[in-house]
Amino acid sequence: MIGYIVVGMAFGLLVQNTGLNFLWAGLISLTVYAGSMQFVMINFLSGANGLLEIALVTFIVNMRHMFYGLTFINRFKNMGSKKPYMIFALTDETYALLCSTKVPAGVDAGTFFFCIALLNQIYWISGTLIGALFGSMLSLDTTGIEFTMTALFAVICTEQWLSFPTRIPALIGLICAVFSLSIFGATNMLVPAMFAIILILTALKPILETKIATLEAEEIRQCKQQL
Amino acid sequence: MQTTTIANLLLIITVVSLVTIFTRTLPFLFFSGDKQPSKYVLYIGNILPPAIMAMLLIYSIRFETPFKYPFGLPALISIFFVVLLHVWKRNNLISILVGTVCYMLLVQVIFIVK
Repeated sequence: MIGYIVVGMAFGLLVQNTGLNFLWAGLISLTVYAGSMQFVMINFLSGANGLLEIALVTFIVNMRHMFYGLTFINRFKNMGSKKPYMIFALTDETYALLCSTKVPAGVDAGTFFFCIALLNQIYWISGTLIGALFGSMLSLDTTGIEFTMTALFAVICTEQWLSFPTRIPALIGLICAVFSLSIFGATNMLVPAMFAIILILTALKPILETKIATLEAEEIRQCKQQL
Repeated sequence: MQTTTIANLLLIITVVSLVTIFTRTLPFLFFSGDKQPSKYVLYIGNILPPAIMAMLLIYSIRFETPFKYPFGLPALISIFFVVLLHVWKRNNLISILVGTVCYMLLVQVIFIVK
């Protein structure tokens, strides 16, 4: 929960730093509601990228969310009018919380899930607004504050480097990005890098598949067991 | 940083929002408990996140100048610091906050680009 407020604040601060006020930051956290993608999106606010490119990047960066849904297909089935919001709000944090929190005895599971998801987004939006307003009052030199984004991705990469069953995908991502940056330049590097990554990972499927097979089975089993 | 027109901003936000909703809705539209996506899609979905995050790490430092002063040193030093701190403490808040302050000090005080 604290984590969501803090990262939300960083996001708000960075939007403020582009010159847009807190209402824009709040609007994005309300309608997009996707941690990493919102940070990537700050780079698109200059208007230098085409909409098709933005759509493609969003799809690939958020692709993991498709798999969160798979775990919850049966669980969300009976949630009626709350179901669309549950699907909309299925972020990394909410997924992790839904997987790790036990429904208290005597409480309707659907209502409990809905409250978790809603509270998470309220924390996220609150953090965003606090960060943006804080940024607008900040009178010190903010040169370099954009590094917050790099620090966030460095933290995520470190976590994955330590816990993911194989480090090959991370290295492939790194190498493809560096090559794409040097060939296509800063503005256009994402799409070629994404295609190269998917192509290479596809080619390496026979080797890597066995390494992550355990991960997949273990993660889904743990999550289903909790539910 | 320069930002685009209000209409274009709204358009960008709408696109990102709709595509995000689309990725989250997909499994609920096409799959059920016993109908699973193909082995290939499952494989890519599981293997992709570390690769994409590494790509985004590079993307976030794309404006650094590796062949010109300060040779990307502020970013490299700060990333090294974040990773070290994170391996040691495993605390997101500390890693991000201290890393950002480190970078800001480096670019404002030590590696000044005129």
